[in-house]
Amino acid sequence: MSDIETELRVRRIENGTVIDHITAGKALNVLKILGLPDSSHGVVSVLINSYGKYGKKDVVKIENRELKGEEVDRIALIAPNATINIIRNFNVTRKNKVQIPSFVEGVVGCINPNCISNSNEPITSKFKVTTEDTGLKLRCSYCGRVISENIAEQLL
Amino acid sequence: MKFKDNHIISKKDFSREMIDHILNAAEKMEPIARGEQRSDLLSGKILAILFFEPSTRTRMSFETAMLRLGGDVLNLGSIDASSIAKGETLADTIRVVDGYVDAIVLRHPKEGAALLASEFSSVPILNAGDGAGQHPTQTLLDLYTIKRESHLEGLKIALAGDLKYGRTVHSLCYALSLYGAQITLISPKELRMPEEIINDITAKGAKITECDSIEEAISDVDVLYMTRIQKERFPDPAEYHKVANKLKITPETLKNAKQELKIMHPLPRVNEIDTRIDDTPHACYFKQAFYGVPVRMALLGLVLGAIE
Ligand SMILES: [Zn+2]
Repeated sequence: MSDIETELRVRRIENGTVIDHITAGKALNVLKILGLPDSSHGVVSVLINSYGKYGKKDVVKIENRELKGEEVDRIALIAPNATINIIRNFNVTRKNKVQIPSFVEGVVGCINPNCISNSNEPITSKFKVTTEDTGLKLRCSYCGRVISENIAEQLL
Repeated sequence: MKFKDNHIISKKDFSREMIDHILNAAEKMEPIARGEQRSDLLSGKILAILFFEPSTRTRMSFETAMLRLGGDVLNLGSIDASSIAKGETLADTIRVVDGYVDAIVLRHPKEGAALLASEFSSVPILNAGDGAGQHPTQTLLDLYTIKRESHLEGLKIALAGDLKYGRTVHSLCYALSLYGAQITLISPKELRMPEEIINDITAKGAKITECDSIEEAISDVDVLYMTRIQKERFPDPAEYHKVANKLKITPETLKNAKQELKIMHPLPRVNEIDTRIDDTPHACYFKQAFYGVPVRMALLGLVLGAIE
């Protein structure tokens, strides 16, 4: 690949964050969870269905912004294998796998329409997160209802 | 054990030790609940009754409990008519009312409302039912009834009726699992207890068996807990009548029952208990309603710090 082709396909970033190994097709959900692009002034580039060593994956690159661990960990709810690379001067200075948080606030909404967290009360949704053989389970702190499937559909 | 300023939100907050503590406190309240002794334990204290949906009996039971202990009650009447209509949030209502009173009893149609209220309240919240969610004082009074009229240790109990939607029986089963009870579930197949709950309860220490007629289970149990089957659960009225008739108790149903069998029911009943049972020593449901008073007295005394 020539330089120009590389530039067209994958733009290397000088400083910022690269979120790699996002479950294929989930990049836009990742942006949503991170409040991007609204929360960043830099260029945000998104690769969907990129080919990696382990098959298809999505990649998100955020220029001139280093994401903090806890804000990124929320994306583990939908992309549990994602890695966070902090880039300085074109080099990866730190690389971490996302950690599934044990508790999430305000990222997803409860599936129970009769839950108090789905009314106009001045509260944010709260879930206890557990990992089971069958996948992630989010238990609403208010009504106790469990979300175990299609978590992406419940993103706020 | 310290209960002062605690909220009473969910039966899940209670360990067996805490339940035993509350039930023991309730026993001491009984003579006062019966009007045999006077008490001014909560004199000068005000309890707000904040019901966003009607439940006359629960409201009366809390009011009686507070009055018997010499406290005052502020009944906020039918709230859906006033502030909800104006669009006020529950959080705001709580932050206003907690300035007027020493504790709040809340009943609300939304699940999780009591937990939300506790996050905004500076005084103890007692959950008197939030939607299909928790109703811990009902569970405690059921346990108290079993303790007083039968026994919690080594209990064999059968639960009959709607075991699918009935939160009362779910909560009771969770609580009884703390005591290692042997539980027999009797329900039409449409209203079986959800598998997930059965698994949970078994994991917590209860032994569960299922059967489909009361007669089959009756000879072996100490307590029979009846619940109402709601017509609305059956699209076909004929099917409802078939099921309802099968889970109805009459003197004949009890032919093989133990002499000391006690029958409970959260009331109101429709026709699942023949009125001929009422005068037998088995009938326990009206006492059960009364026992709600000493249990709520104990809870009020504990959260207001009047007793330890
Ligand atoms: Zn909920």
